[in-house]
Amino acid sequence: MRIGDAKQSYAADEALWTSTTQQVWFGLLLLSLLLFPFFASPYLLYLACLVGIAVISATGLNILTGFTGLISLGQAGFMGVGGYTVAWLSLHTSLPFPIALLAAGLLSAAIGMVIGLPSLRIKGLYLAIATLAASVFLHFVFVEWASVTGGMAGLSLRSAQLFGLTFHNDFRMYFMIMPLAVLMLLAARNIFRTRIGRAFIAIRDRDISAEILGIPLLRYKLLSFALSSFYAGVAGGLFAYFYRVVTPESFPLSMSIFYLAAIIVGGMGSILGGVLGAIFMTLVPEGLKLLTTAITPIYPQAPVFMSPLLGVVFGVLIVGFLIFEPNGLAEVWRRIRRFFHLWPFRT
Amino acid sequence: MKILEAVNVHLSFGGVAALRDISFSVPEDSITTVIGPNGAGKTSLFNCISGFYRPQQGSIFFRGQDISRLKPPARAALGLARTFQNIALFRGMTVLDNIKLGAHVHTKTGLLGALAYLGPARREEMALREEVERRIIDFLEIDHIRRQPVASLPYGLQKRVELARALAMRPQLLMLDEPVAGMNREEKEDMARFILDIKEEWGVTVLMVEHDMSMVMDISDHVVVLNFGQVIASGLPQEVQKNPAVIEAYLGDGDIATLRRRLNANTEAA
Amino acid sequence: MDWLFFAEVSLAGLATGGLYALIALGFVIIYKATRVINFAIGEIMMFAAYLFLSFAGGMQLPPLIALPLAVLGGTILGGVVEKVMIRPMLGESPISVVMVTIGLASILVGMAEIIWTADPQLLPEFLPRDPVFLGEIYLAPKIAYGFLIGATVLVLYLLYFRFSRGGVALRATASDQAAAYSMGINVRRVFNLAWVFGSLAASLAGILVSATGGLSPQSGAIGLSVLVIVIVGGLDSILGALIAGLFVGWLETVAGAFFGGEYRMLATFSVLALILIIRPYGLFGTHEIERL
Ligand SMILES: Nc1ncnc2c1ncn2[C@@H]1O[C@H](COP(=O)(O)OP(=O)(O)O)[C@@H](O)[C@H]1O
Ligand SMILES: [Mg+2]
Repeated sequence: MRIGDAKQSYAADEALWTSTTQQVWFGLLLLSLLLFPFFASPYLLYLACLVGIAVISATGLNILTGFTGLISLGQAGFMGVGGYTVAWLSLHTSLPFPIALLAAGLLSAAIGMVIGLPSLRIKGLYLAIATLAASVFLHFVFVEWASVTGGMAGLSLRSAQLFGLTFHNDFRMYFMIMPLAVLMLLAARNIFRTRIGRAFIAIRDRDISAEILGIPLLRYKLLSFALSSFYAGVAGGLFAYFYRVVTPESFPLSMSIFYLAAIIVGGMGSILGGVLGAIFMTLVPEGLKLLTTAITPIYPQAPVFMSPLLGVVFGVLIVGFLIFEPNGLAEVWRRIRRFFHLWPFRT
Repeated sequence: MKILEAVNVHLSFGGVAALRDISFSVPEDSITTVIGPNGAGKTSLFNCISGFYRPQQGSIFFRGQDISRLKPPARAALGLARTFQNIALFRGMTVLDNIKLGAHVHTKTGLLGALAYLGPARREEMALREEVERRIIDFLEIDHIRRQPVASLPYGLQKRVELARALAMRPQLLMLDEPVAGMNREEKEDMARFILDIKEEWGVTVLMVEHDMSMVMDISDHVVVLNFGQVIASGLPQEVQKNPAVIEAYLGDGDIATLRRRLNANTEAA
Repeated sequence: MDWLFFAEVSLAGLATGGLYALIALGFVIIYKATRVINFAIGEIMMFAAYLFLSFAGGMQLPPLIALPLAVLGGTILGGVVEKVMIRPMLGESPISVVMVTIGLASILVGMAEIIWTADPQLLPEFLPRDPVFLGEIYLAPKIAYGFLIGATVLVLYLLYFRFSRGGVALRATASDQAAAYSMGINVRRVFNLAWVFGSLAASLAGILVSATGGLSPQSGAIGLSVLVIVIVGGLDSILGALIAGLFVGWLETVAGAFFGGEYRMLATFSVLALILIIRPYGLFGTHEIERL
């Protein structure tokens, strides 16, 4: 049990990891992330890459929806912009991957700001539907602008490049995805230690009083859109490098819903929540797959039910968490931690 | 010296006039109180001053500058701070973050600085924390709740946190919309003391809306009476209290709630 | 340009639009009474259409029995959903409630695929098959009769809301929940009633639409068009739902016939974007003013 948090200074009080124990845990976590690929099976490595991408995208959506209160059904569209940018750059230039990913993020952010423009006048569900419209337009562009996007067939990429190194397998991709995920998570966490993050939350909680307290609404809503779609764009770019092919169907509406589900299940307005949700939601389908493989010998029809069952499970998770644990896995985690802090003195 | 002046302000909602041809001013370094029955237009007046409502006619001057066309954030940056009649705290934030948010216009960390949280951004946050702790949290005696989410606080404390947030805006003119409504006697006395201190020690001009007559009479330097969207009297508290039009407004409109509250206030004071 | 063709396409579009209007009406009823945006309305339609398929196709019941049974099934589904999923969310943020309906949609699609497989299917014929002509203009019989049934029900609905007790309670709740409650209206029952009526309209329309277009678990995507309709018309406006329903039905059909299927959605959503820019709360919707 750990007691006492009388802080020596405000700096110590405002630190991310407020105790040595926490710092140690964080160090251990980083170390295990670093060593993981050397011990993991190819399958686990593959999963870790998927989780990393999902974590980045979910964190982006969480900034917009969870923290700023602007619901977006356009996440997949923004990821698509990033994915196509990276694919196009990979085919037509030999830029190193960090530049390509940056370009993906920036282009996506720019489009995000355009789509965020109506947010000054429309709110809530009207805005959600505007983002839905935007993703329909983006999908249309992906399909029809064939000279750039390759139409329905999409684009196949070359492997990512950096200083003559090619990222052609999951092992190397891991070292591209995971550091980026960690970095972008820390950056997101930092935002919410400053005035910008506070402004986002204020807009979510009560936008009109936020404005009277000095927050220019349009600027901050656009900033949130930009930031969120930057994350989505980078995630989409990584997605493209990882699968080395993008098509319009790589970024369906159901993907946007997947990410909404992830932040709901994980915990809206909590960085940790976004991470937990992304991990959980990425692993659920894999769990189902394992289950299906296990029972196929007994029940050969099982694989047929795999994909619809997944839809049912996603739906039940969304509804269940909203009704029974609206603060998501992050809250569950907090409860577990509190339990161990006080243990063995109280339950 | 007038810090704020409203000239012929007219506001209506689809034909229903909430404010009619309002003119009044707030002397610098005063506590000016706006009173009037429910629905008289007091909150609407505050909203016009903060820029949330746009009056159809008239102008509002702050330190001689016409602010009628400024958006609310620009007015906040000039030093117009306020609290709200129905508490408008940010429920997802802690007390500390709510207060810090008030300082938004006085800080300048940009997006990249915030993402990195190195050097300047960190220093700005630390300076802000220091200021908030020293000048506001200590002053309002809310150090024990700084880490709590505001939603979990009792009503009286929420009102106090709202005041704290307004103070973090480094106000030149502090507008309080019914600061003691719904409080018990002890809380009211604390709040009255804070308001006096803010005027005297911080040198901030206060403009407030209040129903509690004993408090109005005790601490106001200047009273403006509103009825049906019009200014029907203004002047020193004692003068206004004797004004027949004011008595008529309070007794004549049959607003039982206001009447009862006023009677209670008087018996309490006695 | 071939005017006769244009007229035929337009008429077919308007007839489809009539069914859209019926679904949109169901949507608006739910929204007006409960302030819930029901993203699952398309899936409720799809589910009812599958029920009809099972009753009329699988069990070989005569259409005249299968149709009401299937509509009843969809209606019960709506009522149960309200009780089990929506009611516990009372007082939560609109985002959360919408997400519940999105979750519901996902569940319904999955279940439909498990029960009825993912393959598109055709409903058994149940509408008269003789061609319908309006002057020289030909109209596919399924569309024509579908429209007739849909329009009849729509008119019945409007009459019901105007004159019946339940209708008055619904409208009272819609205009002021607290006041309705204090007048002794059982607001919870009204909420349930709204879901029941909304789902009934959706179920019937779902069967009629699927009779022409075929049916698959993805058929619920029509809910997207309905969403556009209610936004264009104004979420809380019945008149808006009717006009926008006809218009969007017409627009989609014309765009599809003249430019190709991939332009249907584009046309619909362009109208949506335009409306959101020039009239953010729809043609006839009320903009709720926020107060401090
Ligand atoms: N946003 C609004 N829309 C319509 N009417 C309003 C609005 N805000 C205030 N009013 C009306 O203006 C009048 C004055 O209200 P208000 O300023 O809140 O009074 P007070 O604060 O003095 O009690 C009331 O009749 C009120 O109904
Ligand atoms: Mg008021």
